[in-house]
Amino acid sequence: MEKPLTQNMNPNRKPFSLDEYEQAGGYEAMRLALTSMEPAEIRTLVEKAGLRGRGGAGFSTGRKWGFVPMGPDAPKPKYLTINADEMEPATFKDRVLMEGDPHQLIEGIIITAFTIQAETAYIFIRQCYTEASRRLTKAINETYAKGYLGKNILETGFNLELHLHESAGRYICGEETALLNALEGKRPNPRSKPPFPPVVGLWGKPTITNNVETACNIPHIVKNGAEWYRSLSRVGDGGTKIYGASGKVNTPGAFELPLGTTLREIIEHHAGGMKPGTKLKAILPGGASTGLLTPDHLDVKMDFDSVQAAGSRMGTGTLVAIDEKTCIVGLVLNLVRFFARESCGWCTPCREGLPWVVKLLSAIEHGDGRPEDLEQLKHQIRFIAPGRTFCPLGPGAMDPLKSALHYFEEDFKRHIQEKKCPWT
Amino acid sequence: MPMDMTEPTNDWVTIHIEGKPFRADKSQNLLHACLALGFDIPHFCWHPALGSMGACRLCAVKRFRDDQDTQGEIIMSCMTPVSEGLSISIHDPEAAEFRAAVIGWLMINHPHDCPVCDEGGECHLQDMTVMTGHAAREYRFKKRTHRNQDLGPFINHEMNRCIQCYRCVRFYRNIAGGRDLNVFGAHDHLYFGRHENGTLENPFSGNLVEICPTGTFTDKTQKAHNTRSWDLQTAPSVCVHCGLGCNTLPGERYGLLRRMRNRFNSDINGYFLCDRGRFGYEFVNSLRRIRTPLFRTGKESPQVSTDMNQALSSAVGILSNKDRVIGIGSPRASLEANTALRSLVGKDRFHAGFSETENRLMTLIVQIMSDGPVKTGTLKEAAMADAVLVLGEDVTVTAPRLALALRQTVFSHAVRCAERVHLPAWDDVGVREVAQDDKGHLFIATSQPTDLDDAARSCFRGTPDEIVAFGFDVHARLNKARKNQEDLAEPDGMYHSVVTAFQNARRPVVIAGLSSGSEAMIKAAANIARNLAEQGKDVRLIFCVPECNSMGLALLNGKSLESAIDAVNRNLADTVIVLENDLFRRTTSQNAEFFLQKARRVIVLDHLQTRTTAMADLVLPVSTFSEGNGTLVNNEGRAQTYYGVIAPDNSLMESFRVLNRFNGSGPDDPSTSRNRDAVLQDLAEDLPVFAPLAEPHAPLAFPVPSGKVPRQSFGYSGRTAMNAHVSVHEPRPPEDPDSLLAFSMEGFDGSAPSDLVTRFQAPGWNSVQAVFKHQTEPGGPLLEESSGRCLLFPAEENDASYFDHHDPCEISETELRPVIPLHHLFGSDELSMAAPAVASLAPAPYVALSPSDPLADCDTVFLSFNDETIKVPVKVVKDLPPRAAGIPASVPGMIPGPLPGQCRLSREGQP
Repeated sequence: MEKPLTQNMNPNRKPFSLDEYEQAGGYEAMRLALTSMEPAEIRTLVEKAGLRGRGGAGFSTGRKWGFVPMGPDAPKPKYLTINADEMEPATFKDRVLMEGDPHQLIEGIIITAFTIQAETAYIFIRQCYTEASRRLTKAINETYAKGYLGKNILETGFNLELHLHESAGRYICGEETALLNALEGKRPNPRSKPPFPPVVGLWGKPTITNNVETACNIPHIVKNGAEWYRSLSRVGDGGTKIYGASGKVNTPGAFELPLGTTLREIIEHHAGGMKPGTKLKAILPGGASTGLLTPDHLDVKMDFDSVQAAGSRMGTGTLVAIDEKTCIVGLVLNLVRFFARESCGWCTPCREGLPWVVKLLSAIEHGDGRPEDLEQLKHQIRFIAPGRTFCPLGPGAMDPLKSALHYFEEDFKRHIQEKKCPWT
Repeated sequence: MPMDMTEPTNDWVTIHIEGKPFRADKSQNLLHACLALGFDIPHFCWHPALGSMGACRLCAVKRFRDDQDTQGEIIMSCMTPVSEGLSISIHDPEAAEFRAAVIGWLMINHPHDCPVCDEGGECHLQDMTVMTGHAAREYRFKKRTHRNQDLGPFINHEMNRCIQCYRCVRFYRNIAGGRDLNVFGAHDHLYFGRHENGTLENPFSGNLVEICPTGTFTDKTQKAHNTRSWDLQTAPSVCVHCGLGCNTLPGERYGLLRRMRNRFNSDINGYFLCDRGRFGYEFVNSLRRIRTPLFRTGKESPQVSTDMNQALSSAVGILSNKDRVIGIGSPRASLEANTALRSLVGKDRFHAGFSETENRLMTLIVQIMSDGPVKTGTLKEAAMADAVLVLGEDVTVTAPRLALALRQTVFSHAVRCAERVHLPAWDDVGVREVAQDDKGHLFIATSQPTDLDDAARSCFRGTPDEIVAFGFDVHARLNKARKNQEDLAEPDGMYHSVVTAFQNARRPVVIAGLSSGSEAMIKAAANIARNLAEQGKDVRLIFCVPECNSMGLALLNGKSLESAIDAVNRNLADTVIVLENDLFRRTTSQNAEFFLQKARRVIVLDHLQTRTTAMADLVLPVSTFSEGNGTLVNNEGRAQTYYGVIAPDNSLMESFRVLNRFNGSGPDDPSTSRNRDAVLQDLAEDLPVFAPLAEPHAPLAFPVPSGKVPRQSFGYSGRTAMNAHVSVHEPRPPEDPDSLLAFSMEGFDGSAPSDLVTRFQAPGWNSVQAVFKHQTEPGGPLLEESSGRCLLFPAEENDASYFDHHDPCEISETELRPVIPLHHLFGSDELSMAAPAVASLAPAPYVALSPSDPLADCDTVFLSFNDETIKVPVKVVKDLPPRAAGIPASVPGMIPGPLPGQCRLSREGQP
């Protein structure tokens, strides 16, 4: 089984230096792309490879790049921003990639920037990823020293400045347009679309924002081709995926597996199954803003389309396994409290609705619930929904609650009837 | 801004609302279009002047993809462009339920303090709550609370009432250019305020009161006056605190003027007033008001109170020998008052009350404006300009609302940038994203830094003479550029960018004013404007004039104050009538004192005590703008009428009525009771420029079958009780023979012409948001907008030529320093300084010096001019020309009188 993204990683030693990375075949893709390929050619290649954005939305990366105005009349400068603001609870796949093989990300950035002809790139990194920041800083310095960043890279006339920007630390900065506002020094409120960032992005100029994992895939596609990339996957979309497992499993961690690996394989095989004495009750498949699945869904393939068909989202692909001793109400309360706190405060439903939901859930969890609270929760779920809010944060916060009420409404009712949490 | 900033595209498409077809403007968003069509869609964060940002989510409607689509989807109408075939439902139950839910969310933390909230009764949140039908509280937890801030003398802060619509910060920062109000915090703990307690720095902070849809920001002066909005008697008025003529709505209760509000006018002030205009009104309630006539028997006797009839007969006695009487008019008195004085004393004996310099400059401006070929511009036109040069005038203090308009040129520019990526003007956030820091083409040439500099592409700093030279140079280079003699590709500092901007502009604007006292400055501006006009550009020339009726007075062709002093000095006259004018502001104290002593008898009509009234033999109290009706001519030459809100009584009349009483044989003489119309008729016959004032006036021709337009709202309370302590009989409403307005609740209840609208209200819309119900479309002109009449039109045929530039005379005496007059928004205006809130923000005396000045290291220096010397602190101002002395104009404690061209400074003085 090929594991291109993690092939250079070894938890027992430091990540590859530039020289080591090059010896392992690194920067060959960059050389190939910059010296012998046209930007349009790379874009088509990536689109054909079937790479879908690994940040969670799953939009075709090649198509996204296609929205950037190209040619001599295109607005200048153009920007590439890498979304490394990995703050989704239970998600740590980008951290693995940045700490484990920083040059892989930098190579991906150089090729991507070349493809959209951006001369400036930013890595927007989560503030508390200090180790990743340190390793990336070192790697970026090496790359500049080698001449792979800066002016006239490989004598091709292509210039690229790469900056590492540490976020001031809010979950909403992971939203593409809020990230751009944050980079501009403004409040990280999401922007309305249109205008779309590939046309009007950072400082009003065309901008592509890609997830760390997405960018890490690029060198491998360029080097090995679209056919190879598609062959890595078990489903229609291409590539491997860094899956994660946490919660009540025996060996939590991150695993690079073919896209489309089933939940069962991830939990039972790679994560070592449930801990002794626990029984799987629910799965949060792709981060805190994805709907819960149940053991009935264990054979669902973890790819964008399959998880969606099962009523949830693959999101970041980092699942949480929840056992029967965990209170679902408490779990959902914990999740929604996170989102209520991380709401930027721009639109009413998210700003005012989420804290209300938190108060309701808290009341239920602490034995102060009333029968009508369930109706109110359902109202809130209906109102804090896509199209009704400004950005997906609010609806994302409702997904676990909605699914919890769908699969485990009885648990809520028991709280209300027993006037306490039956799980404590 | 959308309406201000976009030209109508007339690109109409058909949309379907509740299944019925309507025509809508494609350049607009759906909310705007629906409101324009008369539909009520609740909204908060959208405002015609702010555009869309999609935050509050209240304007949700249902959109259907096609005829087959019965499900539909919820969309925000403010963020949806109008497009052909768009099919929506406003009344759709799901959409309506969602809108009510939005109110439910906002009500979670909103206090139930409407009964003690100044916004109550004219609250957009109240209106929207009723409109959405949200009636029962479902939230069963505690409310969050905030600490309020002290934001200074104008604005009261009550943060608990905030519904987080972001309007305040968008207005304050994006429109007004303020920096010290912001949004802090996140999630459900947003805080809209300053980083710490303190007076809001922006001179447009008062607009927060109207832009805020709740009672978070309310008028602190109104709060001190304890009133409910529906209890106020209101009438259309015109601001008296500068020469722009912004439209206002004063509010009165129990004889006290309790607040000032903006009165929308699409050409002039739009939605916004400056703080001097909004809070200066309290001079009306000042303790310095003259309430009874004052009389003294001789120059050495004290003034004693007397009654009106006694005073009037004394006046008639004093004026018995008309040949020896001269009159001094005033740029802050109405056209009627000045006209009545002019008729009383005769035009040869009428002196305008301007200083010699001001008289000369005003005459020149009138000449330029009537000779043409350049039209003068409205503030709306200024906001839409694509290139602006401000020559020698700090408009932020001499014509503040114009500064706000000029700031909008930056946004107009952004709209043009956004057009290139097909972004509509109403997408406020998007448009600003596209433009980022790209400014428009505003160029400012002044001697001192101004608060508008941050909006300018570049600024030129120099002495007034250098600015004049700069202006004439721009004109010369425009000439060269026209003849292709100058290679514009070669950059040459600011000249290059100004000339290039003007060459590329379609609608350039040139602005100058009186504050530097330089005739050449005005000529330079006229030359540039004329040059651009001859290039076929749609250019406007805007002059800032100092006072509310400077222009009206200038059109009366009076002589200067100096010539009046001269007449008394040469014993050609011995009796003086001074109309609403403090001569100590116009000439040196020595001159004024000499004049008032030398004249045998001095009669002064005024509403405020001044040094001039103190030296009068007879002082007659007259009404302010709030107690009577009158006409003011603004800087464009637009004559506008203001109507009083405080019912008149016999002891307090408008100046023109008092002056009429001086006429003839006694109270029975018909000439003593001429009304406003008669006064204006006479004027029009005498001076053709005023002919438009004699034509049938829209309001006068306006049929009033059901009576006059009431000044009182339908909610006016206590009508039968408010005088019960005097008499239990309800008095007849006071007469108001000069207007079509009544001091009553009853009368005409239809749609009045815009200059007779006494309040903006519509069924379901009790807040100021109701303005859109009075407009042709949101942000557009008012229905039947008639905002005064223009008196000045550029001559069609004109043979005037360009002005020549005469080199300035050198200052021979090296000890003398050129004076840069520094006007202050709060401090330099006479009337507003009698308003305590405004006066509290006025600066103490100082002299401003450039950092390179040898005296810059002094804490204090001795300043001498007008034969007086005072000790003043030194303020170092970067960018001030070397050697120049910046002197605050007319602030209390400074040497009174107009600012001279030169002054003397020394470390040691002989006080």
